[in-house]
Amino acid sequence: MPKKDPTATRIELLQGTLDLLILQTLRWGPRYGYGIAEMIRAGSRNALQVDTGSLYPALHRLERQGAIDAEWGVSDKNQRVRVYRLTSAGRKQLAAEQSRWRQLTDAVAGVLAPPAGSEA
Amino acid sequence: MRWRRRFPFPSGRRDHEIAEELRIHLQMAAADRVARGESPADAAANARREFGNVGVVSEVTREATGGIWLERLAQDLRFGLRTLGRTPGFTMVAVLCLALGIGANASVYGWMEGILLRPFPGVTNQERLVAVAGTTKGTSELDELSWPDFVDLERGSTLFDAFIVNKIVGTTLTSGDRAERAVGLMVSPNYFDALGVRPVLGRGFTSDEGTGKNGHPVTVISYREWKERFRGDPAIIGKTQTYNGVPHVIVGVAPDGFLGTFVGYSMQFWVPSSMQAAFDPRGYTLDDRGARWIEGFARLKSGVTIAQAQAEITAAARRLETDYPDIDRGRGVEILPLWKSPFDNAKNLLPTLRVGFGVVLFVLFIACANVANLLLVRSFARRHEMTVRLALGAGRSRLIRQLVTEGAILATLATVCGLLVAYWCRNALVLFFPSQGGISYTFNGDFDWRVVALSAAVGLISTLLFAVVPAFQASNIDLAGALKSDSRSSTGGRSRVRAALVLLQVALSFVLLVGATLVLESLQRMRSASPGFSTDNVIVTSANLFAAGYDTARAKTFDDQLLQRVRAETGVETAALARSIPFSTRPYDSGPIAADGFDAKTDAQPTASYNSITPGYFATMGIPLVSGRDFTVSDDETSEPVAIVGESMVERFWRGASPIGRRVQVQGRWRQIVGVAKDIKFGSLLETPRALLYLPLRQNFSTQVAIFVRTSQGPAALTPALVREIHALDANLAPYEVITLREQLDRSTSPQRVAVTLLTLFGMLAVLLAGIGLYGVMAYAVSQSRRELGLRMALGAAPMQVLRLVMTSGLAMTMIGIAVGAAAALGSTRLLGYMLYRVSPRDPIAFGAALVVMIFAAILACMLPAWRAARTDPVGALRE
Repeated sequence: MPKKDPTATRIELLQGTLDLLILQTLRWGPRYGYGIAEMIRAGSRNALQVDTGSLYPALHRLERQGAIDAEWGVSDKNQRVRVYRLTSAGRKQLAAEQSRWRQLTDAVAGVLAPPAGSEA
Repeated sequence: MRWRRRFPFPSGRRDHEIAEELRIHLQMAAADRVARGESPADAAANARREFGNVGVVSEVTREATGGIWLERLAQDLRFGLRTLGRTPGFTMVAVLCLALGIGANASVYGWMEGILLRPFPGVTNQERLVAVAGTTKGTSELDELSWPDFVDLERGSTLFDAFIVNKIVGTTLTSGDRAERAVGLMVSPNYFDALGVRPVLGRGFTSDEGTGKNGHPVTVISYREWKERFRGDPAIIGKTQTYNGVPHVIVGVAPDGFLGTFVGYSMQFWVPSSMQAAFDPRGYTLDDRGARWIEGFARLKSGVTIAQAQAEITAAARRLETDYPDIDRGRGVEILPLWKSPFDNAKNLLPTLRVGFGVVLFVLFIACANVANLLLVRSFARRHEMTVRLALGAGRSRLIRQLVTEGAILATLATVCGLLVAYWCRNALVLFFPSQGGISYTFNGDFDWRVVALSAAVGLISTLLFAVVPAFQASNIDLAGALKSDSRSSTGGRSRVRAALVLLQVALSFVLLVGATLVLESLQRMRSASPGFSTDNVIVTSANLFAAGYDTARAKTFDDQLLQRVRAETGVETAALARSIPFSTRPYDSGPIAADGFDAKTDAQPTASYNSITPGYFATMGIPLVSGRDFTVSDDETSEPVAIVGESMVERFWRGASPIGRRVQVQGRWRQIVGVAKDIKFGSLLETPRALLYLPLRQNFSTQVAIFVRTSQGPAALTPALVREIHALDANLAPYEVITLREQLDRSTSPQRVAVTLLTLFGMLAVLLAGIGLYGVMAYAVSQSRRELGLRMALGAAPMQVLRLVMTSGLAMTMIGIAVGAAAALGSTRLLGYMLYRVSPRDPIAFGAALVVMIFAAILACMLPAWRAARTDPVGALRE
């Protein structure tokens, strides 16, 4: 049996959030599937573990939508990999998703924070 | 995924890419774990565990990619094929049923296209081609036009691209010591250009070759003739071919596949109209406005309707009437779509094709009903499968898509098989029409995308309609309930649908059976109907003396010698010559007549048909003379012209008074009536007696006559002798086939024979299919009510009672179907029209016979299920 990683507090990703994370990750340069997953995990300090069953469909869907490009290349460890890269359409989509995310978090924060002067 | 291995279909680059990508992901994850200190084995296992189900991941990834529908389709196809492959019996029966229905439909539709709509392969824009025929006031019959009239019509009209002269001609070709008959067309010089047909070698005719008596002995030969008779000789142009004694220079070879412009025959040669005198015993008539022989076509300008063209042509015909009152008074011109052309075989085939089309539509309905029934049975068997798949999380849309794919596979298989059937049958219509006189018929079925598209549409719609039923039923499945209970409940609705389908099949089969019996009865009555002359023991043949280059004097000598020699043969009772053969394809001569003591109304010119005969004709044919005398050898060129009239003429022209001693005018000559003969039918058995009179051959001579021989021996024994005698007189003559008048008569019933064949064949098939359907429903009903039957038997019902119970319910269903079918038949058998001869479309015998056959089939179909029901083991059935 695998050992449980005690620090891993798994968080379910909100619908649509994965696209944002992928696009954001690819902002720093082309990357292959495993690299993207690792980067998201590292970036979230193990809080976000991307499920491969979500990652790859998302990658291929984004590719179909034209937000990212893909081609076969070679990794730094000389492994044949499928490398994804952000397109200009993807950059625009990233900007849009970022602002939407900000609106969402602001809104959620607003709901969660007790409004001033309404202490019961 | 097991099936993937069993069915190694190529599944696209993307599949491999995804698999590869995921494999690399796993590798990297494992490598990272090894780097973090796990053992390679643990690392691989953990990486895999973290990854999840590789199959599912690749599946959902594939679904997210753009080309997914194609891959899913491939997957559905594979799965569908496998499912159908698991029930080969079902698949085969369903495909066979549909293939037969679709194939029969496509064949008949192909025939209709090829014969009625686009009858002339190789001719461009046939929809703008029309037949041009002459009319005479007072009759509805259409006839030919004369050259001068035809030319004037062309000159006086603006809505036509071209007028095309067309006249079928025959000749005898001699190769070595063998003479054989050939058929060709005499045409105007614009023929090939106007039809859009380009000779593959040489040229068509030039405009100066149209006129000038026998001035241009040139010919274009058919591709087949070139290939077979001349072995594809590349230097064929400039060689000669002798027709009717005149050598013709070959100037062109028609393209492959161009058969000419006469439905039913494949032409072997074409000659220009200037050669008319070489082919027509009447001589050169291009300057004779009264000589009508042109079986013409015209090509409408694009966008011109037949009505517009008719209006213009009517005006032109009016002008002809005023300009040439002596000849053209009361004459008109009618243009008709090709399928109504009075000149070729298209119009004869129309009723046959109509019946054929009706029959195959019925067969298609029955086949569809059968397949629907099969699919419904199957849907029941698959209810459990559907339930399980739903329970395991399959989407409903996915299930429906799967079922539709299966239906589409069935339909595609069936359509492909059906089209194969149709392709093989495309020229099969000719099988119903044996060759006559050495010339074979050609009926060219048109097999194009329209036929294919129509058949495919029919196949798809009919299958898909019923293929999705299980899916919609699946949508209503109460999952928990259905999984718990055995799949036995809630089938009432479906058995009602199935019963209705069987009912439909029984009804349709019944209609076909009634139709088959009606036409069969007609055929029998036609065979036993007397045409007014004796049909057995009289044989007939002819040799075209004109085509062999005989002049009148030589022909007369030949005739006398032939009669003399034939009469001397043993077994010959009497022999005679006559110009026309009853029931042959060549019509009797006819023309205007006048009679002593009969005042014709001013614009209703009486006409009559006439035949030229030698003495002894009536005795040979067995036509009784009512009064007066037969012709004798002394009724010749030098004696007073005489005639013998048919009985019906007596009634019409002399109100029943004896006409002997009076005169009748035929072909402009007054002739003394010396006798009255019984009426005969000579065009069709269905006709009412027509005015017919007889002239002595010597007084109205023709070089194209037939010899009739009455024999006391079998006709077959005399045939070689007859041919021998003809060849003894002239080895270069090619006699037409020797046949009995009975055969001659039988040929005129070919529409009925085709209809009987089609109706009987498909009627029986329909009964078989309906029987299978009935059996299916009853067997299923019995298997579903085992519990009930067991209970009845446990409570004391005897096996016979159970048997009767099942039989009764099966027969009740059949009777309802028959009642529906009878109602439909009462309304629809009228459509058989002239196929019926002295049989009422509501003939009780036909309905009775159909009833008996249907009930017999129903009893057979219900027998096995009923027997099984009677053998139900009450204990076992109740314990289940």
